[in-house]
Amino acid sequence: MSSTSIDPRMTGARKAPGKGLTLRWSDPRFRAILWQVVIVGLIVAGIWYLASNTANNLQQRRIATGFGFLDRAAGIPIGEHLIPYDPSINTYGRAFLVGVLNTLMVTVIGVFLVSILGTVIGIASLANNWLLSRLCRAFVETMRDVPLLLHLLFWYALLLTLPAVRDALSLMPAVFLSNSGLKIPLLIWEPAHSAALLGLAAGATATWLAARRATGIQQATGLRPKVWPIALAGLLVLPALIWAVMGAPFALEVPVKGRFRFDGGANISSEFMALMIGLVLYHSAYAAEIVRSGIQSVVTGQWEAGGALGLKRGTMLRQIVLPQALRVIIPPMTSTYLGVAKNSSLAVAIGYPDLVSIVNTTLNQTGQAIEGIALIMGVYLSISLSISLFMNWYNTRMALVER
Amino acid sequence: MSTATTTHTPVARRDQPPMLVAGPVAWARANLFGSIWSSLVTLALAYFLIKSAVSFIDWAFLKSVWTVPMDPATGKLDPETCRAAKGTGACWAVIWDKYRFILFGRYPFDEQWRAAIVIVLFLGLFVVSAMRRFWRKELALIWIATLSAIGLLMWGGVFGLKYVPQDEWGGLPITLILSTFGLAFAFPIAVLVALGRRSTKLPAVKLLCVVYIEVIRGVPLISVLFMASVMFPLFMPIGLNPDKLLRAQVAIILFAAVYLAEVIRGGLQALPKGQYEAADALGLSYWKKTFLIILPQALRLVIPPLVNTFIGFFKDTSLVLIIGIFDLLTSGKVAVTDPIWQAFSTEVYIMLGLIYFCFCFSMARYSRGLENEFSKSARR
Repeated sequence: MSSTSIDPRMTGARKAPGKGLTLRWSDPRFRAILWQVVIVGLIVAGIWYLASNTANNLQQRRIATGFGFLDRAAGIPIGEHLIPYDPSINTYGRAFLVGVLNTLMVTVIGVFLVSILGTVIGIASLANNWLLSRLCRAFVETMRDVPLLLHLLFWYALLLTLPAVRDALSLMPAVFLSNSGLKIPLLIWEPAHSAALLGLAAGATATWLAARRATGIQQATGLRPKVWPIALAGLLVLPALIWAVMGAPFALEVPVKGRFRFDGGANISSEFMALMIGLVLYHSAYAAEIVRSGIQSVVTGQWEAGGALGLKRGTMLRQIVLPQALRVIIPPMTSTYLGVAKNSSLAVAIGYPDLVSIVNTTLNQTGQAIEGIALIMGVYLSISLSISLFMNWYNTRMALVER
Repeated sequence: MSTATTTHTPVARRDQPPMLVAGPVAWARANLFGSIWSSLVTLALAYFLIKSAVSFIDWAFLKSVWTVPMDPATGKLDPETCRAAKGTGACWAVIWDKYRFILFGRYPFDEQWRAAIVIVLFLGLFVVSAMRRFWRKELALIWIATLSAIGLLMWGGVFGLKYVPQDEWGGLPITLILSTFGLAFAFPIAVLVALGRRSTKLPAVKLLCVVYIEVIRGVPLISVLFMASVMFPLFMPIGLNPDKLLRAQVAIILFAAVYLAEVIRGGLQALPKGQYEAADALGLSYWKKTFLIILPQALRLVIPPLVNTFIGFFKDTSLVLIIGIFDLLTSGKVAVTDPIWQAFSTEVYIMLGLIYFCFCFSMARYSRGLENEFSKSARR
């Protein structure tokens, strides 16, 4: 009725006292600002101190600065390169690029193999078969409780005890294993192969579209049209037909055993094999644990509901359990992939020419440690960031399936 | 009618011989030969297992060489019998000859008992820290006391102990020092960084912490170690050049702090909001709230992942091999550069693997047991 009935809290008449910043210790905001100024100041001063030391040191030791060295002739012999490389003419920049590509190749192949092996072992360690599940658990325990570097040294030492080229083991006709690596025949590339590959790509696209359409029809009517005839035609018949029509060229460059080395064929070096075996065994143990706990996180009711619908165990796993488990699996799997990328840098210990190994040689030759390490860190940061971004995108995509 | 249904079950039980319902045969039928596929897998795996076990036992025990005779003329060991057995039997004589070098590196031979005591002290420290009875503030004192005793024993120079400079240290003590001192020094930094990253009132500090964490997590440890070995000397004032081991230790601390900080942040986030609000309601200051209410609970929550992180560091310290520090792995690798033993690196690596495995496996088992216990008490 009267103005006194209005709650004074509603009017804003009772403002909190002292909204403005006061320069007193009792004001928490003043303290916060002061603390930040002090901490940032200390860090800036520390960096300033280190930078001035560095400048002094560089001047005294007559070490050049800047990335000019990338344009100079490298002279580093590199055994394995994906792009043409000649140490006598090519620059440090080119050598760096070779290293980045080698690191990327190891990472991509490693991530691929780790995913496959980890998934298989993770699923198998939940099998009803006692022997199989125990064996998988034992694999996981032994592989991940030994340092990766020891893995690499061990496998490398083992591969080096293989017989020399002269007595190379012949696994299959034209496939030789010796202490210098694995020799495999190389297909001599013809235009027909490129055309067949294009046909395969077209067939794969057609199969994918057909599978999508089939899923759509299944969701609408409950009946799934057959996809396998299209898959067979697109993935097998079409490429084979193109290849046959263009003359079916098939010529192999077969490695020929010499006294000290092979002639022809493609070589997979011992270093690369040891790196791959070590990386994949070590990280797939972690991946297997992630897959296992992901599958176990799906409640038993889902399995039981699938069983009540009369589905087979494999179908239940693929259609019901794995899609739900993936949401639990993806985030930790991302860090495993990051681990593969970062740990590929251990290649330097067994002499595989990855990024770290090449930059390390470069900085030993030029003395420009700061630039070299900045390059290494920059590349790994970009790789890590790209993997994180991709996996986050995939994660949000998978998470959306829920609705 | 009712009598028929009640007598039905016992009769059916009597039909089946008890051997197929319980006991090892029934177990094998259920778990090994459940279906045709399962039986095939069992048979294939059993064949593969028995075959590899037989050849391993043959290689490691039956056809192996345990000792080699000494050549009286030169006073050196003669590995001829090992070379003869190469490919069919293991040569454990290399371990017998080199075990002290592998365990203690280049530490002076007569003083190696000190390094052995250091290993025992480390083991004792781990065991004591693992017991929940000791999870009190006094544990920090135990750590400080043990770590000082370890430093004293390794360096010497007092109480009549001979001084041993750091570049002569090596082997298992170095691995334990790098990982344990790494954890001990990284821990306080990690707590501060984790608090900084969660801070709402200090945006500049938060930004610094986020940049620090994300940059270090995005690069491999090896690049940080390279930084310590080749870049760190440039940072220092002219004339001051810290020892290589110390530089590697600093790098490992800075690296470990980031991963620990993320684990601790997980614990801080897992704590119910009510704990923070209750502390605020009592009028506690930020530091009192953090150290009396929040951290004691949050740290207890993250002990299992902390142990797992520690296992990771324990393995990752082997990377110092690349910058030439004499840890367990390096001394194993150097041991087989001896011309007599060059061809027998596999045996040495298997032994190193066993040592690492024993440490990591026991810690992993401990962490898992703790996790189960915690989840049990949380469910109650």
